[in-house]
Amino acid sequence: MAGADDIVRFDNVGLRYGTGTEVLGDLSFTLHAGRFYFLTGASGAGKTSLLKLLYLAQRPSRGAIRMFGTDVIMLPRERLPALRRRLGVVFQDFRLVPHLSAFDNVALPLRLSGVSEDELRQPVADMLDWVGLGARSDARPATLSGGEQQRVAIARAVIARPELLVADEPTGNVDPEMALKLLRLFESLNRLGTTVVVATHDVTLLRKVPDSLIMRLDGGRLSDPTGALRYPPRREAATVRA
Amino acid sequence: MRLPLSRDAAIGSQRTAQVLPAASLGGPMPWVIAIMVALTVLTAGGAISLANFASEARSGLEGGVTVQVVEANASAREAQARRAAEALATAPGVAKVRRVPQAEVESLVEPWLGEAANSEVVALPALIEVRLTGDADKAALSRLRGSLAKSAPSARIDAQADWLGPVFGVITALRWLALVLIGLLTLASAAAVWLAARNALDVNRATIEIVHHLGAGDAQIARLFERSVLLDAALGGAIGLLLGGGALALLGGRFAALQAGVVERGALSALDWLLVALVPVIMAGVALYTARRTVLARLGRML
Ligand SMILES: Nc1ncnc2c1ncn2[C@@H]1O[C@H](COP(=O)(O)OP(=O)(O)OP(=O)(O)O)[C@@H](O)[C@H]1O
Ligand SMILES: [Mg+2]
Repeated sequence: MAGADDIVRFDNVGLRYGTGTEVLGDLSFTLHAGRFYFLTGASGAGKTSLLKLLYLAQRPSRGAIRMFGTDVIMLPRERLPALRRRLGVVFQDFRLVPHLSAFDNVALPLRLSGVSEDELRQPVADMLDWVGLGARSDARPATLSGGEQQRVAIARAVIARPELLVADEPTGNVDPEMALKLLRLFESLNRLGTTVVVATHDVTLLRKVPDSLIMRLDGGRLSDPTGALRYPPRREAATVRA
Repeated sequence: MRLPLSRDAAIGSQRTAQVLPAASLGGPMPWVIAIMVALTVLTAGGAISLANFASEARSGLEGGVTVQVVEANASAREAQARRAAEALATAPGVAKVRRVPQAEVESLVEPWLGEAANSEVVALPALIEVRLTGDADKAALSRLRGSLAKSAPSARIDAQADWLGPVFGVITALRWLALVLIGLLTLASAAAVWLAARNALDVNRATIEIVHHLGAGDAQIARLFERSVLLDAALGGAIGLLLGGGALALLGGRFAALQAGVVERGALSALDWLLVALVPVIMAGVALYTARRTVLARLGRML
């Protein structure tokens, strides 16, 4: 049975695109509220596919998924938006709204949640400063570099203080120094209570976050080298020391 | 810094303004709506005008009977006409009898006969206008014929409405045609909006998917399009009403200038103009509904 601190629970989840072979198979694991997870695996292992299930962009072809204590498979479509607003997502391809400025892109989740302009102006400006883009807040995505776009995408994902942050290669386009800084941002969000899942093939990152847990995807199967996904998690074994 | 989040709050309209780029569905949308509204206004105005004409003409002719004494011999005609008028005055069901003065009969036919009208060459009939208390139906007419059979054997009795019977037929057919035209125009407008909404959806597909993944509800996204459609419909409707209404007013003026009597009966009243002004409002409603259905149908295919 799901514990009170389970924020995500997969049971025998499989995913195939169309009539192809299964991209993900037999995924059974639990994500615990407030923890920091890395999802690793070779390119094509299925990291993005798993994250898509997490950010409710894809339904599994089999199995059961519970998020925030709700069965998301059986949930009627019209209940999904409220669930999505509890998530923060950094897409692998950023997905910034092209005609909106950096500021408006970051403000989008707050506006969707009905936060007033007065209340959102300062937090959005602060967040842009934090990711080093305070001076570029009026810039359109097309005029930003890949790394800058990625930082806008991250700022947008964290601005509404989501309960679960899902980030797909969030440091893929930035220099190591900025990567570390962004990781600190995720960590501070994590300390405030957000559960974080970061997909990356950069194994050097894993050691940078103490107490992080590792999920490894290999050919669509999840291996659990650190026992992080069991319940209760073996924290000592799961921790990767710097 | 705990942000005040009300998670299920609707998007405020001034905030959604920044989400989708174009303020309008774009392209020729307002012009298509303008043309549709103008054509519908013209058709509706014409139909209302015809209806006014028909009902005015009918009420003017109802219970009206014309008695013609067709007699070549002038003195016999005069005698029969006088006796007929007397007999009619006392006949049951007759409200009013008026002998049309011969000078008036001559002036009526003068446009057709010219100077010959007041000469003795052409024997004009004597005319008596009768207004019945009831309808000028077959029974009433044959009763009148009975009462005139002896006193005025040369009298011909006709219900006035009968003369216009074929005209009423044409008017009825035209009104149906107008109704069908209005229906077709409305359908065509809906189809145009449907295409424009689909196009706008395709153009903004990426944005819609992003906003959708960030937790915007279908209704919130649909509202963005409704705003655009409403802008287009307001602009197009105003232009269309101006064009169509202007054309109607101009046509009305031309007809009035004919001074043909009957035509004035078709003039639009203030209430009719109000009805015509409803056309763009209804068109906007159709556009709004179509756009909403289109957008919701498309969004329904996303998870
Ligand atoms: N929409 C799709 N339709 C069909 N197959 C897909 C689709 N998306 C992904 N796949 C396939 O699923 C497999 C896993 O892809 P996925 O994007 O999840 O990998 P990944 O681990 O994120 O890779 P990367 O590290 O390169 O981002 C790949 O073989 C890919 O070809
Ligand atoms: Mg990927």
